[in-house]
Amino acid sequence: MEFFQRFAIPNPSLAIYASMVAIGLTVIAIIAGLTYFKKWGYLWREWLTTVDHKRIGIMYLISALIMLFRGGVDAIMMRAQLAVPDNKLLDAQHYNEIFTTHGVVMVMFMAMPFIFAFMNYVVPLQIGARDVAFPRLNALSFWLFFFGAMLFNLSFVIGGSPDAGWTSYFPLAGNDFSESVGTNYYMLAIQISGLGSLMTGINMITTIIKMRAPGMTLMKMPMFTWATLVTNLIMVTVFPVLTVALAMGTMDRLFGTHFFATTNGGMDMLWANLFWVWGHPEVYILILPAFGIYSEIISTFAGRNLYGYKSMVASMVVISALSCMVWAHHFFTMGQGALSNSFFSITTMMISVPTGVKIFNWLFTLWKGKIRFTVPMLYSIGFIPLFVIGGVTGVMLAMSAADYQYHNTMFLVAHFHNTIIPGVVFAMLAGLTFYWPKMFGFMLNERIGKWAFWFLSIGFCLAFFPMYITGLDGQARRMYTYSEATGFGPLNMVSFVGAGVMAIAFALIVYNVYYSVRYSPRNIGADPWDARSLEWATHTPVPEYNFAIEPQVASSQAFWDSKKKGHELFPGKLEKIHMPNNSGVPFIMSAIFFVWGFSMVFSLWIPAIISVIAIFACMAHRSFEKDHGHYISVKEIEETETKLRGAN
Amino acid sequence: MGELFPRKQVMGFVFSLILTAAALTVYFLHLSFAQGMAVLVITAFVQALLQLVVFMHAGETEDKWIIYGKVYFMIGVALITVFGTLLIFLWDM
Repeated sequence: MEFFQRFAIPNPSLAIYASMVAIGLTVIAIIAGLTYFKKWGYLWREWLTTVDHKRIGIMYLISALIMLFRGGVDAIMMRAQLAVPDNKLLDAQHYNEIFTTHGVVMVMFMAMPFIFAFMNYVVPLQIGARDVAFPRLNALSFWLFFFGAMLFNLSFVIGGSPDAGWTSYFPLAGNDFSESVGTNYYMLAIQISGLGSLMTGINMITTIIKMRAPGMTLMKMPMFTWATLVTNLIMVTVFPVLTVALAMGTMDRLFGTHFFATTNGGMDMLWANLFWVWGHPEVYILILPAFGIYSEIISTFAGRNLYGYKSMVASMVVISALSCMVWAHHFFTMGQGALSNSFFSITTMMISVPTGVKIFNWLFTLWKGKIRFTVPMLYSIGFIPLFVIGGVTGVMLAMSAADYQYHNTMFLVAHFHNTIIPGVVFAMLAGLTFYWPKMFGFMLNERIGKWAFWFLSIGFCLAFFPMYITGLDGQARRMYTYSEATGFGPLNMVSFVGAGVMAIAFALIVYNVYYSVRYSPRNIGADPWDARSLEWATHTPVPEYNFAIEPQVASSQAFWDSKKKGHELFPGKLEKIHMPNNSGVPFIMSAIFFVWGFSMVFSLWIPAIISVIAIFACMAHRSFEKDHGHYISVKEIEETETKLRGAN
Repeated sequence: MGELFPRKQVMGFVFSLILTAAALTVYFLHLSFAQGMAVLVITAFVQALLQLVVFMHAGETEDKWIIYGKVYFMIGVALITVFGTLLIFLWDM
């Protein structure tokens, strides 16, 4: 019995017990449903073992949406707790756990898979490739991310959630101050999914460098592909830093090393340093693909070429370089001198220059365009002013002297939500609406989509603008309550109302999916938005091999040229197509990683060692396996093509 | 027959053994900490580049510019990270 006590929740509450029951019932319902409808084989053959970049993209998308709702519930609970002074809804410990999981879930398990979803789905189509460069590695990336996310979410019901903030600063995150296994979960879950991200980075760079359609030089790539290339270059550069930092943190917590301890020669500040060496580029890893999606959408719905293509590319490259030399602005107040603070202040402010170039390029793209106000376009137009507010407050925070006033206040919280929500979340929802017809063969309802956009934008302003004011008045972040005398009450109530309005927006998006599944017309053709780049040149639904004939490209808007200028996109003739085989190994190996992570969290060494051996066995299996893929014959392609053309 | 003999690889292998031996001397020769670290850092970087060029065939394809570009970018970021960290915690703390 003593053995099992370690799995108990250290700070239980009614809400957690209720969630346990709900999770248990859901798992039983899923298993029963799959068995009743005899879908186990379908699930295994078509999804769990797939190496198709489109299916992997869709699985990323589904995971991201589920995590969005998990993180969103955390957010609502935080705002509810702070809505009135001296609130007793949550206790301090519970509040700590919630803001920690909110941050980790939203950054690592919502935003990251969301951008991976679009990278996976769109990039091979945009460059006219049949799949990514390493399809099986891609499946492994997804499953590592997925099991990392599941491991992190498991902390909620087994052993207790992490409670040291999403930045998990030492010495607070060390064993002395965080006794529960929560922070072990943090270290190991992010480690596992971070390995997946690193592999995706390598995969995407190789895909874009090696597999572009004939004629597509680097400067003729669509803007989202450029954004993906730059993003993945940063990702491959900085994720190893996180890997090392997490490994050191894990050893501190599990094996009694003193890397980040305050005693025995350890240095707790080094964690903050290493974390942000990864963490700051990470925010650009999130925002650059979002910029790419906006570029695609704005140029499509303004009906014009993207203004300043070369300066767009140049500004992304400059952002990627600068993003790696600004990290210290996250801890201006940690005690270093004015010299280093000034250096990092200046580099931080310099980032606003290339970002400003991009903003003006979007505005000039809109200039004299025939703008169609569709839902993706609304998000893109709403993004520009809201993101500029976030950017300007960012420059305020970049001034190190002034930052002593802003540091760790709600002003900071308002700032980074002001960049991430209009920057990343709006882009993801815009991209979701934009690419939905390509993914699923029908469009999302525009009317409900517009309602959701307005609820989200207005709710966002209501929720986060008051925080600028309370922050300047001195309300600290991560405080679970405040007294009435501070006067923060009314503005926090406004924030709570705003959070509620945003929740309605997300409910509307879910309703929109349901409504559109039932009522949207299916005969939309392959190009419902009158779009410009290659991903719209193939059929909807996209066949397994993407393009029957390899496309020939002469500009960054190859599909637009073929529609308007008579450019011949598919001059070749049908040939047999080489495709990769499905494999269950990525799924099995990642599941073993999950067991390994879980065993490590609870210091169960024997299962951990067995899992490591099993992981190496999976890799050895791959090394000695003879798998040359399969060919799709010309006859099969012809049949598929006729069927798809008939459907349109 | 000369084309069949992998001269470059054999030379590379010998040279990497020499580098390894040089790094090993740090343990046996009782060097000071600074001297030992200097030897280790230099041999480590040369070793890494050697492996990359000779055995991982960087620079043998048309896209060698992206491989080397990426390596230079990584080295640049690593240097910025190391010297930035030294600035924050040592020279300016």
